[in-house]
Amino acid sequence: MRFTPPRYPAFAAPRAQDHAPVVIAGGGLVGLTAALDLAQRGIRVVVLDDDDTVSTGSRAICFAQRSLEIYGRLGLGARFLEKGITWNQGRVFHGEREAYSFNLLPEEGHEYPAFVNLQQYYAEAWLVEACEATGLVELRWRNAVAGIDNRADGARLTVGTPTGAYTLHADWLIAADGARSFIRRALGLSFEGQVFRDRFLIADVTMQAPFPTERWFWFDPPFHPGQSVLLHKQPDDVWRIDFQLGWDADPALEQQPERVRARVAQMLGDVPFELEWISLYTFRCRRMERFRHGRTVFVGDAAHQVSPFGARGGNGGVQDADNLCWKLAAVLGGHAPDALLDTYDAERVPAADENILNSTRSTDFITPKNDAARAYRDAVLELAATHAFARPVVNSGRLSRPYRGAAPPAPDAPLLHDGRPDWLLRHLGNGFRVVSRGVSPATTLPAVVLGGEFDDHAGLAAARLALGHGEAVLVRPDQHVAARFGARDGVAIAAAHRVALGLPPHGVKPAPGAELSGDAAA
Amino acid sequence: MNRLLTEARLSDPDALYAALMDAHRDLPPEASRKLDAKLVLLLANHIGELGPVLEAITLAKPSPRA
Repeated sequence: MRFTPPRYPAFAAPRAQDHAPVVIAGGGLVGLTAALDLAQRGIRVVVLDDDDTVSTGSRAICFAQRSLEIYGRLGLGARFLEKGITWNQGRVFHGEREAYSFNLLPEEGHEYPAFVNLQQYYAEAWLVEACEATGLVELRWRNAVAGIDNRADGARLTVGTPTGAYTLHADWLIAADGARSFIRRALGLSFEGQVFRDRFLIADVTMQAPFPTERWFWFDPPFHPGQSVLLHKQPDDVWRIDFQLGWDADPALEQQPERVRARVAQMLGDVPFELEWISLYTFRCRRMERFRHGRTVFVGDAAHQVSPFGARGGNGGVQDADNLCWKLAAVLGGHAPDALLDTYDAERVPAADENILNSTRSTDFITPKNDAARAYRDAVLELAATHAFARPVVNSGRLSRPYRGAAPPAPDAPLLHDGRPDWLLRHLGNGFRVVSRGVSPATTLPAVVLGGEFDDHAGLAAARLALGHGEAVLVRPDQHVAARFGARDGVAIAAAHRVALGLPPHGVKPAPGAELSGDAAA
Repeated sequence: MNRLLTEARLSDPDALYAALMDAHRDLPPEASRKLDAKLVLLLANHIGELGPVLEAITLAKPSPRA
């Protein structure tokens, strides 16, 4: 079955000035993820998108385990698993032989695999449906931000539509408008980093091909000498092929379908295929100095940009939304001070740096900058054929893993609930939770008691959370572990809950509702 | 962590030098460069820790005052 791009109706400019508590500029993968997350927390959201459909081409393609867990929390996990192509194995070839292979999921006991490949347009279409189902997200298609005045009480936006412009006041603005972010440029904010002198061609190709469901990467293959090639399987018999072309390639010439067809034919031999999408790109690794600017907060490619080898662009952006939305909901609900949003910067800037570091290192390996770099790259690839030590040095992309920092994501683990197989993350929900081992925790927050209602039959939940008997952890609404304490230490639990909300550790209890359970709002 | 040792440790330094010269003899520049890269990688793995290698990189870099 082929995907048919939906066409969404344009939103006509309202006559009067308009207002919304939260506006998201950009209805792409990250903007829509943020919209759904906020709506599930009971927040009304307006999404502005300059187009009237979902993305073209496979784009982000590789959804990493942490993103899948986030979509699991948002209720879309099963769709990704059902439609997407699951893979855990990567292989790297040099010339005609295999240089290195890696398994990204060396351990069992996770609901989601290391990666699922899926065209970004499916993810966006499902997010649109899910957003609409909440009744709280207003998707304004063919509405483009054309002006912004960033004020202390929010952002005053001029929005262009096919029927004219209008003014929209956003108490909070989430800028999810991509690498060329209008909002970032309009506010004159810097976006510094490195451009890599290389060009890559992406082709989405429809074919019946015998390749396995693994990530295959070639250095200097016989069918594309001197350059690299990456192959990924996607649903609907669509395959994604990335060809390295070098800096001297002519962008206009290289995108001509006949020329692309010849390259693909060179690779595939006699396999018949159809071209579905062609794109040409250069690498950039750069980020904004800060992501929060008063009441405007940048997410995804608008805030940071990485090279695609490593699948760190889309996945990094989805994790931005995961980190930001519960905090913004807590501030809007009056449960947390405005300063909580500074922790978005504190947690996601280092995450972006980690992604940029890994992405830059991969790019330095794939695109050697000078003769010395090429000599080292070729030395590693040649040594890898016969010497084990050189194989892990081969770098065709260090694939997306979540940033851990002081509050790492809670690990998933298999549990038995009422005697039935279940997963830990399914029970961490959208709000604060205390997970304890052996004893009920001294808290009014919802609790998951291992060895109580939940049978940690394989011992993996306790082991992965490093919980001894009588110990407990506080899990935030984004399912990150914020603190650990004795399960009976009610004072420590209450203090940790306050600190996670950006409040001083002691004082009055957080306001009712500060467990921030999304279940109540839905 | 072990430090980089820079005192004289080779019993036959002339043999080392001769072996390096022999390895590079008649190689075009590109192959020579790759040979050196392989040597660095093999020896760094043999050392097995980053510290002494980073010290060596610092020592080997052109000095800004030179």
